[in-house]
Amino acid sequence: MPKTIREINEKIKRGEAVVVTAEEIIDIAEEKGAKKAAEQIDVVTTATFGPMCSSGVYLNIGHSKPRIKLGGGRAYLNDVPVYTGFAAVDILIGSNALPDDDPRNKIHPGEFSYGGGHVIEDLVAGKDLKLTATAYGTDCYPRKKLETWINIKDLNETVLFNPRNAYQNYNVAVNLSDRVIYTYMGIVKPHLANANYCSAGQLSPLLNDPYYKTIGIGTRIFLGGGVGYVAWQGTQHNPTVPRTPNGVPRAGAGTLAVMGDLKEMSPEWLRGTTMHGYGTTLTVGIGIPIPILDEEILTYTTVKDEDIYAQVIDYGQAYPELEPGSLGEVNYRELKSGKITLQEKEVPTGSLSSYAKARKIADILKGWIKGGEFLLTEPVQNLPSADSGLTFKPLRERALE
Amino acid sequence: MQKKKVVLTFPHKLINEPITYHLIKDYDLEVNIIRARISPREEGRLMMEISGKEEPLRKGMKYLKELGVEVQSLAQDIRWLDEKCTHCTICIPICPTEAMVLDRNEMTVTFDQDKCIGCGLCVPACPYKAVEILF
Repeated sequence: MPKTIREINEKIKRGEAVVVTAEEIIDIAEEKGAKKAAEQIDVVTTATFGPMCSSGVYLNIGHSKPRIKLGGGRAYLNDVPVYTGFAAVDILIGSNALPDDDPRNKIHPGEFSYGGGHVIEDLVAGKDLKLTATAYGTDCYPRKKLETWINIKDLNETVLFNPRNAYQNYNVAVNLSDRVIYTYMGIVKPHLANANYCSAGQLSPLLNDPYYKTIGIGTRIFLGGGVGYVAWQGTQHNPTVPRTPNGVPRAGAGTLAVMGDLKEMSPEWLRGTTMHGYGTTLTVGIGIPIPILDEEILTYTTVKDEDIYAQVIDYGQAYPELEPGSLGEVNYRELKSGKITLQEKEVPTGSLSSYAKARKIADILKGWIKGGEFLLTEPVQNLPSADSGLTFKPLRERALE
Repeated sequence: MQKKKVVLTFPHKLINEPITYHLIKDYDLEVNIIRARISPREEGRLMMEISGKEEPLRKGMKYLKELGVEVQSLAQDIRWLDEKCTHCTICIPICPTEAMVLDRNEMTVTFDQDKCIGCGLCVPACPYKAVEILF
């Protein structure tokens, strides 16, 4: 008999919910069979901890005396430009933003030692940040210059707002060219000397709910150490990629837009990140509970690393030139073993996504739910799935004249 | 007995000079070559660990410098900061001597200082600046 989220929440409130991680469920289901496991298990927790470039924070600093209108002006936090297109004292920090005088890749590969992602980590860590701003001045907001320290505890709303996080699977980056390349997938050595991947594999949220049956808009999640919510599908959400017979996508597919109160989060789970020669970003820790409503949903959570395939892509030429196709497929068990075989060569692997940290998050979320502190939510709207026809389109470039 | 880890850079004209042979035979030093790259038209680079008594070791270093070999001490140390490491594992395939060690059960990284040759490749590879070069 299928369960409802309401029933599961009642069990959670009574402290009786049976909760396991997406790793633990694998052996449990193998031992008891999916049907029995689905009856006995109430929630499976999934998690991931990796660089997620489309991340940011919007915040409200409160009014100065006299008032200033940052909207349409210029503002910086620790010399990193923040976006001032929203109202008088609402600003947006993007993880990829860089100081105006950062040399970037002028002498390649650039260092990118401090950017938006680091500002966010400093902010959530409770450090003082230097705000410097200029404005054009209006009758109602006459002030034209502001220089002050700010601190998260004094701010009004401070919201982590990430348009694209928690990628459902991703590429494996290799380099067929004859020079080292510096990419968002890390440093990739020439002539297939190494392969970098970025996924939590069998622990990864959307890989445990491949058709987005339980994860949708309004799903309550662990985000950056605090509580957050799925706000929308993420940008580049691509549910129609080829999948295995178990429904697991064979390439980067779904994504999530997530948000939450930064004041409840921690720098342990939100880290400023430098990709040498590429730029700065934010590494985000996310944990998502999957309510085991029926046997089908349980079966999806038993996915193993060896059942999940990723496409090997040449970042030396094919990726930058937007050339389609892949060099082949490998599964995450092979990737995590430390070596994969490509073109008859043994290629050592490294990950950008921390499996150890993902395990910790899955355990923390398990603890929150078992402890009755975290109730599950029913999505108010499902994400577009494989039958939606939605694809991630390339840019249709049109000349201006 | 003293031990020194050094990086030797020698110009093209010294490529055929049997430096290691002289260090061992003339100065009675124990030489462990950690890494070597010598090719025509390029400078030679030798990373080695030299052990011996204090006086012959000093004389051996003097011999190298007088020959025109650039000697750089590996007291250019590499330090791994446990509290900054996220155990992502991106450094593992980068390290040429397996000084970055991955426990594949726990999926956690540790640093074996003894295996480190100070090449510094891990420093730009680490997204969290968990590895530092000290001078």
